[in-house]
Amino acid sequence: MNLSRKWLNEFVEIDAGDREFAEAMTLSGSKVELTHDMGGEISNVVVGRIEKMERHENSDHMWVCQLDVGKEEPVQVVTGAWNIHEGDLVPVALHNSTLPGGKKITKGKLRGVLSNGMLCSLSELGLDERDFPYGVITAAALLNDYHPIDPDKPSIPADIQPGHKIFGPVVCAGVGAVASAGRGRWSCGLMWVEDGSPVGTTVETDCQNIHSMDLVAFNIKTRTICTLADLHAEQKEFPHCIPDGIFVLQEDCKPGDDIKAVTGLDDHVVEFEITPNRPDCLSVIGLAREAAATFNKPCRFHQPEVRGGGEGVLPELLDVETPDPELCPRYTARMARNVKIGPSPKWMRERLRSMGVRPINNIVDITNYVMLEYGQPMHAFDYRYVKGGKIIVRRAKDGEELTTLDGNVRKLNSSMLVIADDTRAVGLAGIMGGLNSEIAADTVDVVFESANFDGTTIRKTALALGMRTEASAKFEKGLDILNTLPAVDRACELVELLGAGQVLDGVIDILNYVPQPTLLKVEPHKINALLGTDVSENVMYTILQKLGFETTKERGMVKVPSWRGDVKEMADLAEEVARFYGYNNIPTTLMKGQTTLGGYSPEQKLEQKLGSACRSCGYDEIITYSFISPTWYDKIGWPENDFHRKSFKILNPLGEDTSIMRTTTLPSMLDILARNYNYRNKDVRLYEVGRVYLPGGEDGLAGEAKVLTLGAYGEGFDFYDLKGTAEAILKDIRAEDIHFEGSLGAPSDVSYHPGRFATIWCGANQVGVMGQIHPNVAKSFGVDGELYCAELSFDSLYHHAMGADPEYVPLPRFPSVTRDIAVVCDEAITVGALEKAIRKGARGLLKEVALFDIYRGKGIDEGKKSVAFNLVLRADDRSLTSEEADEDVKSILESLEAECGAKLR
Amino acid sequence: MKEQLANIKREALAAFEAVDAPAALDELRVKYLGKKGQLTAVLKQMGRLSAEERPAMGALANDVRTALENAIEAAAQKLEAAALEARLKAEALDVTVPGKTVRRGHKHPMYRALDEIKDIFVGMGFTVLDGPEIELAELNFDRLNAEEGHPSRDWSDSFYFDQDARVMLRSQTSPMQVRAMDTMPLPIRIIAPGRVYRKDEIDATHSPMFHQVEGMVIDKNVTMADLKGTLNLLAEELFGKGTVTRFRPHHFPFTEPSCEMDVQCHKCGGAGCPTCKGEGWIELLGAGMIHPNVLRMAHIDPEEWSGWAFGMGLERTAMRRFKIADLRLIFENDARFLEQF
Repeated sequence: MNLSRKWLNEFVEIDAGDREFAEAMTLSGSKVELTHDMGGEISNVVVGRIEKMERHENSDHMWVCQLDVGKEEPVQVVTGAWNIHEGDLVPVALHNSTLPGGKKITKGKLRGVLSNGMLCSLSELGLDERDFPYGVITAAALLNDYHPIDPDKPSIPADIQPGHKIFGPVVCAGVGAVASAGRGRWSCGLMWVEDGSPVGTTVETDCQNIHSMDLVAFNIKTRTICTLADLHAEQKEFPHCIPDGIFVLQEDCKPGDDIKAVTGLDDHVVEFEITPNRPDCLSVIGLAREAAATFNKPCRFHQPEVRGGGEGVLPELLDVETPDPELCPRYTARMARNVKIGPSPKWMRERLRSMGVRPINNIVDITNYVMLEYGQPMHAFDYRYVKGGKIIVRRAKDGEELTTLDGNVRKLNSSMLVIADDTRAVGLAGIMGGLNSEIAADTVDVVFESANFDGTTIRKTALALGMRTEASAKFEKGLDILNTLPAVDRACELVELLGAGQVLDGVIDILNYVPQPTLLKVEPHKINALLGTDVSENVMYTILQKLGFETTKERGMVKVPSWRGDVKEMADLAEEVARFYGYNNIPTTLMKGQTTLGGYSPEQKLEQKLGSACRSCGYDEIITYSFISPTWYDKIGWPENDFHRKSFKILNPLGEDTSIMRTTTLPSMLDILARNYNYRNKDVRLYEVGRVYLPGGEDGLAGEAKVLTLGAYGEGFDFYDLKGTAEAILKDIRAEDIHFEGSLGAPSDVSYHPGRFATIWCGANQVGVMGQIHPNVAKSFGVDGELYCAELSFDSLYHHAMGADPEYVPLPRFPSVTRDIAVVCDEAITVGALEKAIRKGARGLLKEVALFDIYRGKGIDEGKKSVAFNLVLRADDRSLTSEEADEDVKSILESLEAECGAKLR
Repeated sequence: MKEQLANIKREALAAFEAVDAPAALDELRVKYLGKKGQLTAVLKQMGRLSAEERPAMGALANDVRTALENAIEAAAQKLEAAALEARLKAEALDVTVPGKTVRRGHKHPMYRALDEIKDIFVGMGFTVLDGPEIELAELNFDRLNAEEGHPSRDWSDSFYFDQDARVMLRSQTSPMQVRAMDTMPLPIRIIAPGRVYRKDEIDATHSPMFHQVEGMVIDKNVTMADLKGTLNLLAEELFGKGTVTRFRPHHFPFTEPSCEMDVQCHKCGGAGCPTCKGEGWIELLGAGMIHPNVLRMAHIDPEEWSGWAFGMGLERTAMRRFKIADLRLIFENDARFLEQF
């Protein structure tokens, strides 16, 4: 919501500076986002009247102007613009002036001629044609400005003379006198030669760049002076016949006036963020109330007065029916006749502009003005098109169509509310009017609608049709039902004030719902108890009164103002008190009361432990999106009918890429690995404790399981690096009986390299998988190197891997004996199987087994390998003899041979 | 003989003094003290002496032996010290050669900020709750007093899984307030961090997924002053002692009165600068006293119990804490970024 400080001051006089105003309003609850000093960068720019203009003697396109700027001496300014004429009022940036964008203007010479400043265009003042629609320039194609694209093949001869035919009915004509025809139109005397004799005529044109002595292209048939478009010419062929030029003022002003006041740039506009509970603050009056309470100033609100007396009897001309009263609690309408459509006055246009609303014509501008001032959306219909003089506020018929003011055809249904006449819909209630009853230049009789519609219906309709408008945004928040009448009166008052028409006596006012004022008990002790303050009863009442709450006779009760539908109970009153007592005056205390134990749950502690284990292994933590693209399941090689693909699907995703909730974290990790790979980051190690979202949870929700995902790549990084990390992490959480099983024989995970994949077990429970990513999967993520990942189920780790607290085991008191053995076995025998055989053969003395070498090659038969282990044997109660150790080793070797066919090398 | 001994002593001591290598010292030891050494040779002549001369000469010979042995010991020590010195000199290193890398992993900055916040509240007796991200709209909205028609319920603002808008991605961590009220005994002190989702396109300050932490207290006689006190403490812990805060009125459907807390801009100290968009303040979080309707819907009597709640965005806090300029960096997970924290 934008607020013009000038408009605000009409209701409450506040002279605080921008910063002070913003701060005070923000702290009382109306958050100021920004303040625009509309003309803050403009200085020393005034209105000048062009007294005389002559062509520059050293230039083919410049003019030397003598300007009256309200001083004794005229000021000489050189300009390259062609749209100005003697007598025009234009903005003049004088010597030592400033313009938006930090531009500084000083005097200087242009091709030898002194220029004491600059004439300004709209854009140079920081304005555009939305601010001043009349500032748009229509340029005629001046033949004396013609520059052929190919100098050898001009389409218009360089020596063209009046009377030369250009094409069809278009001839070259010389311009004689040019005189203003008012409102930006010009009357030009034209002359040319026809059949050897001179012909002359006078035409009116919008083209502003025509001066005496120019040559124009004149269409004899249509009697128009041709623009570039008419000649199908390109801009570069007529380099000075451009739609940009000096802003020729049509405002009521005189030489010497400050341009900021003339163009309304002397205003400061405050941009508020209004919370949805305060639709009343989406208006100048609403914000004036807040400002008055904030600055402790009186408000001067104005009671609209309508003289009326227009011809006719309102009830005879107009009949309103509301067959769906619950959707239209109130409908108020008045009429104005003999309307003269035209631009609204400068003050009104300025105010609309400052609030970001584009001026259109007096009647439409009045409806917008009232909406901004009162916060009550208004609509104006052309009475001509309200057939049967009947307005029916009804549900649309299913399939009914209406072309709205924006030109779009809307297909309606019965959940939507329309304003209709006898035969058809003429507007979409509370959202936008219909094109069929739009106010046009020839509109004579106008119906002003000021109604209250059901917010939910408006919101749903706006949403369904994808057309949220300023009006609908207001209605959907719930508006003050008592506001419709003053608003429609204000509109009629403005019609009279602007002399735009005659207002009929009387008002049509259908009130389907009579609101009961809310009465609330003021309980100061409860308010203080909630706030932790000690605000006196008197202060509370003063604050509430300032905000329009009426104190009822029996003290202790207040009546909530009709525009404050958000105030319903004690807590709401407490907020009002707090806002104006000052949130920052509320003391700061620490909580009293029963202390609670607090802390982390065992699950949370495990999560923290896993994170620190990963980091101590050199892995960096990442965060990935929970939603993924369904194509990512293809990328990780999942078959099309894989049941794991069954995911929660977002019905209104931002895009396909973020449209389903992942059931695996693997592609998220691969995506990040691939990104780092593309960034040419060398050794990368990453981890994430993230969730997957599995259908089938309670209440139709998901089972949200956590997964610890590891991902890595880098020079020399291999399977065993990752396995070592997985082991270290598991050991860190004191997992026992950790083992890894290869995929040989068992079906492997399709995302992984089939020969470099393992399932991870703690005892009899699988806790995860790990391995090298399948080269095809890596390739689908754009990586041609080896990627490694592990996925560990958090739940499994929590239930099956998390070990008990450590318990001290006495240190060995007797020395151990070590023996190295090397056995030869088939290639297919795994180290895990050999280890198992070793443990099986041991007779209670074996304390440690450690692999130290695997050898293939010379001396070992093809298809065989030599595997060497270091064995540590020890007894807890005595020193071992060499014989005892040898006996154990013998037993171990027998087991190796029996279980694995492995023989001592 | 006496003369011989004196000569040996003089000669030997001079030789020991001059020795410069352990091997030479050994040679000298043999030369003078060895079985065939000079001193031994002299001692062998002892037999020829008279019984009267023998003790004196014996004592003298022993003195010479002791002197020689001491001198050898001294020379050996000297040699050893010289050798050590030489070795240490030879072993000198270029200490500017970089140390061997010990690879360390890094906590993500967002989680770093979150862990700080968690520790602050756990220290105050809060329990940390986890909850579902795929949530019932009933808990995300209705039970939080955001009735049908509240703008955040729009399909343009929140993500839904069914046409009836029953199941959604939670748009805030606030449904955890309701879950706590429904499951925990009073009084309650909880924080609930986690992922939340809103329909915002990704840019420098927005992401469709981000993290919030919710905090809530319900007890008897809980006041807005308590809320302010606790949040001020949080701001000081996060941004340093003496951090200045301010509280502004705001609106949330589930709190009344509601507020937003700003911290004074660290860059300009409140004067206004580009970092704070000229306001002098940076918004940190939203908070308020739990709306009586929310308590009632959880069957908690607002006449007896009151409470406060707050919710803060974690990415923004982490960005401010670590001066990260672009939110996209948080989710890009570039190792070069991660390694900075």
